[in-house]
Amino acid sequence: MATRRYSAFAIAREAARYHAGWDRAWRAPEPKKHYDVIVVGAGGHGLATAYYLGRNHGIRNVAVVEKGWLGGGNTGRNTTIIRSNYLQDASAAIYEKARSLYETLSQDLNMNVMFSPRGVLMLAQTEHEVRGWKRTAHANVLQGIPTEFVGPQRVKEIVPIINIYGPRYPVLGALWQARGGTARHDAVAWGYARACSAMGMDIIQNCEVTAIRQSDGEVTGIETTKGAIGCGKLAIVVAGHSGRLADMAGFRLPVESVALQALVSEPIKPCMDVVVMANTVHGYMSQSDKGEMVIGGGADGFNNFTQRGSFHHIEETVRALCETFPIITRLKMLRQWGGIVDMTGDRSPIISKTPLGGCFINCGWGTGGFKAIPGSGWAMAQLVAKGEPGPLAVEFGLNRFREGRFIDESVAAGVAH
Amino acid sequence: MLRLTCPCCGAAADETELAPGGEAHLLRQGPGSSDDAFEAYLFQRKNPYGVHFERWRHAHGCGKWFHAARDTRTLEVFGTYSAQVSAPPQDILDRIAEKHPGFSSEGGQ
Repeated sequence: MATRRYSAFAIAREAARYHAGWDRAWRAPEPKKHYDVIVVGAGGHGLATAYYLGRNHGIRNVAVVEKGWLGGGNTGRNTTIIRSNYLQDASAAIYEKARSLYETLSQDLNMNVMFSPRGVLMLAQTEHEVRGWKRTAHANVLQGIPTEFVGPQRVKEIVPIINIYGPRYPVLGALWQARGGTARHDAVAWGYARACSAMGMDIIQNCEVTAIRQSDGEVTGIETTKGAIGCGKLAIVVAGHSGRLADMAGFRLPVESVALQALVSEPIKPCMDVVVMANTVHGYMSQSDKGEMVIGGGADGFNNFTQRGSFHHIEETVRALCETFPIITRLKMLRQWGGIVDMTGDRSPIISKTPLGGCFINCGWGTGGFKAIPGSGWAMAQLVAKGEPGPLAVEFGLNRFREGRFIDESVAAGVAH
Repeated sequence: MLRLTCPCCGAAADETELAPGGEAHLLRQGPGSSDDAFEAYLFQRKNPYGVHFERWRHAHGCGKWFHAARDTRTLEVFGTYSAQVSAPPQDILDRIAEKHPGFSSEGGQ
C-alpha cells in the first residue's frame, strides 16, 4: 500500500468525492517470523526509534509491538510541553535536539503535529529559584540554547492573567524560553506510525510481550500473545513498564514507577498563549487549541501502576494555580487522569546497552518524556543501529549509576521535569 | 485515597498523614562490599507490578517508621507490620497467598 501524501490538494480532492478515498494511516499486519529489529512499545519514543532506524540508518525490516493501542500510554496522557532549558549539558543537548526536530516534524512526517513554539515560562517564586534559574540561563547561553531570565514585570507582560503578587509565593522572575511550546501529542505518535508504516515497517498493536528469548547471552526474539517473533536486535521502549521487560530479559533497573496526574478544564476563550510552569508550588498550565486549560502537577511518592493518582496532589496543584491565576478559580475541571512514569534516581533518562547482548533499553524519562520524543528516537536508533551510543546518548548509559556520573536534573529542574 | 494502619500507634492514617519511604528490606551495604552490591543497594529497585513491600513513616502522627505490603496494580493493602524485621512476617505472607496462590517473596533482596 503506497501512503498517499496529505495536503490541501488531497483535502480538496476528497471533499469533491465525499471523502471516500482516505486510506488507513498505517497498516495492521500480522507479525512475520523474524525482523532485524523489534521495538517493544508503540508510544512516541518507540515509534520515533523505529522511524529514525529507517530514515537515518536504512534499517527497515522492523516491527513495533504494542501491548495496547498505539500512543495509548503516556504519549496520550501528558501535558505536551516542549522545552530544552536544562542545566546539565547532556540533557540540554538531547532535549534541544528534540526541540529542533519538532520544528520541522510536521513537514518531515507529512502529518500536522501542530508544534506551537509559543514560549515556556518557568516561574521563580523563591530566592533559591531565582538563583537556580539564573544559573540555568547562563548554562543555556554556553550550550547555545536561547533562554533568558526575566523580571516580574516582563512576566506580567507575557502572561497578563498572572498574579505576580501572590500571598505565599510572589513571582520574582522567570526563566523564559521563547522557542519552547507545545505540540499535539497524539499526532506525534500517529505521524511517526504512519511514516514507519510507509517505510514498510510493521506496527503490531494488541500484542503483549510475555517472554524474551535468548541464547548464549544474546537476544534471539520475543514471545507474545500473537506468537513467537524472532529478531536480530531488541529495543525496549516501554516507560512505566520497563521493569517488567527488564525482568523478562534478566536484569534490574534503577527505576521506580509512579503515577503522575494531569487534568483539563472546560474550554474557555483564549486567555494564555504561553506555557507557565510553577515548580515551587507544583503546578503547570497551558491552554489547548480547543480552549481547555491543561494542568499538570506533582507525582505520587509511592510505586503505583493504577494510572490514577492521589487526590491530594490535584488539590495541591489546583490550590497553587488558583493563587497564581485567580481567573481560573471558578473553572470547572472536565477530566483528570494519570500516567505511569518511570523515575530514575537522578531524574535523567536511560538510553543504554543492557547486560543482554543485542538488547537495548530507552526508559527513565520520568515526568518529562514527551518533549524528548524526536531526540530520544534519534539517539536510540543510533544506539540500536551501531551497537554503541552516539554523542547524544553516551552520557545516559545504565553504568552511570555505578560509576557515580549522575546527570542530576532533580536538583536542576525541580519537580516539573 | 490510600489508608494504612500504623502498627506502632494503631491509628488508621490517610495517605496525607504518611510519608512513603521506598522499597523495604534492602540489605544495607558498607565498607568492604563489592561495587555490584553497592549499586544494587543504592539504585536498583524491584519496582514490582504486583505485591510490593515498602517502608512508610507516620509523619504527621506518631512519627514512627513501619512496613506495609501493598499491591501496586490495585492499591490493595495486605497489612502493615513492624519496621524492626528484615523480612515480611508469616501472617502477611499468608494473607497475600490467599489472594495470589503461589506468591513467593525473595525476602532480603
